[in-house]
Amino acid sequence: MTKLTPLRDAIADLVHDGDCVYAAGFTHLIPFAAGHEIIRQRKRDLVLARATPDLIYDQMVAAGCARKVIFSYSGNPGVGSLRIVRAEIEAGRLEWEEYSHFSMITRLTAGAAGLPFLPMNPTGAGDLERVNPSFRRVKDPYSDRQVVTVPALNPDVAIVHVQRADADGNCHLWGIVGEQKEAAFAAERVIVTAEEIVDPAVIRSDPNRTIIPGLAVTAVCHVPYCAHPSYTQGHYDRDNAFYLEWDRISAEAGQVQAWLDAWVYSVKDRDEYWQKLGPEVHARLEVEPLWSQPVNYGKY
Amino acid sequence: MATASYTPSELMTVNAARLLRDDDVVFVGVGLPNLACNLARRTHAPNLVMIYEAGVIGAQPARLPLSIGDPTLVSGALSVCSMYEIFAFYLQRGYVSVGFMGGAQIDRYGNVNATVIGDYRHPKVRLPGSGGSMEIAAFADRCTFLTPHQKRRFPEKCDFRTSAGFLDGRSARQALGLRGAGPATVVTDLGLLEPDESGELILAAVHPGVEAEQARQNTGWDLRVSQALRTTAAPTVDELAILRQFDPERIYLSSTG
Repeated sequence: MTKLTPLRDAIADLVHDGDCVYAAGFTHLIPFAAGHEIIRQRKRDLVLARATPDLIYDQMVAAGCARKVIFSYSGNPGVGSLRIVRAEIEAGRLEWEEYSHFSMITRLTAGAAGLPFLPMNPTGAGDLERVNPSFRRVKDPYSDRQVVTVPALNPDVAIVHVQRADADGNCHLWGIVGEQKEAAFAAERVIVTAEEIVDPAVIRSDPNRTIIPGLAVTAVCHVPYCAHPSYTQGHYDRDNAFYLEWDRISAEAGQVQAWLDAWVYSVKDRDEYWQKLGPEVHARLEVEPLWSQPVNYGKY
Repeated sequence: MATASYTPSELMTVNAARLLRDDDVVFVGVGLPNLACNLARRTHAPNLVMIYEAGVIGAQPARLPLSIGDPTLVSGALSVCSMYEIFAFYLQRGYVSVGFMGGAQIDRYGNVNATVIGDYRHPKVRLPGSGGSMEIAAFADRCTFLTPHQKRRFPEKCDFRTSAGFLDGRSARQALGLRGAGPATVVTDLGLLEPDESGELILAAVHPGVEAEQARQNTGWDLRVSQALRTTAAPTVDELAILRQFDPERIYLSSTG
């Protein structure tokens, strides 16, 4: 049965006020179009979980969608701080819960595996364990060693962007795969956004590349250029200039609201956003092809 | 011989790059550490295996990645895996020989704060947080840090211990049985700090034209100076040329740190 859904409907039906949302993707494949749709639909009181909140959550926090963030690195990668998340935390207006990358991803992995928690080796640092009561210590039952545990994270909804999916939600993705698979398996509901919708035969031609199977997916949305200013490997480049530009925009609240007006509220969807970026940006983000060698699965 | 001029960031980056060995497997942090590793691979360490927390192993970036999740890291890499695998199978399991990181604050025993200045719940300055650093500092065989030499960055004791150096001394770290040996070098724009037998960071080298007293003035504890204080070699014209190719817009290298 087809799960193809317009992004607007998927967000309206599957993201509810108060939900814990995990918009996945480590630098790569960040589903900005979905974040913008959530802003346009004025969802409220969300708990926004991501290892790196990145610009997508900075923008959603600026738009008033969030009550809390759960993260492990709240920076603009290579640029500096996420100014809005930081200012809201410093002002005491935004709740936060903090991990290291490993412990954050371990939470999601436990959630994806249907486990209550997972252990990790202790790091000796101590302070994050002290301030976040979700970190616990237990004795390894097979030795006297202590291990650190974190509880499963099972978001209400995960949003995962991929290069290609079929109508049933079977997804091929490549490049940095981050925590995409774990987020999809951990979440109660999963929205897939895809650069391309392909015939199931394309998926079946390379089953090792099916990182997320349709059986874990609730809705599939065809959203080309969904990830900009993040990127989709092989499709378009990361817009580093915009990541630097956001550092300037986000320094001043008035500029942020003007940016949201111009690029989120007053555009109807991702197509219109992409057209609005214009041919110069399109050309700058174009990427020359570099194909892998095909593999032979054999005919049995 | 003509003397090249360089910024403090370039000086730090070149010196950090020289600390990498050709057979190292390095877990690469964001910013200047990223530049240093790429410089090392293009100069004396062509076989350096660069691992990025995004899940990339053996990256050979054709351009300087602004972020550590850039697509140039993937094209031509040896392998790409999930984030869970990079931290569990590669780092925690013990395949990483050196971690290369920055740090907002580094204290007397090499403990690092990347989380918060002031009280955790009522932060004066909220920093980005651990990212990969908590586990890299614990599980990599050794660690190198790059931080500009300023008093506020080198306090006696960090406001928050994001990642473990030698805690309150080398024996404290040893007692925990962490698999990594801890900080090996802190590269600053004034010189190099290295731990002594007790795990305390001491001034092991100064850069050309720098007096040991300058480093002492810019350190928040009573910085001891090694009996065998060295002077680093100035960045070469070649090193600087390669480095500047990576950062033509001078996003990192123009800064004084």
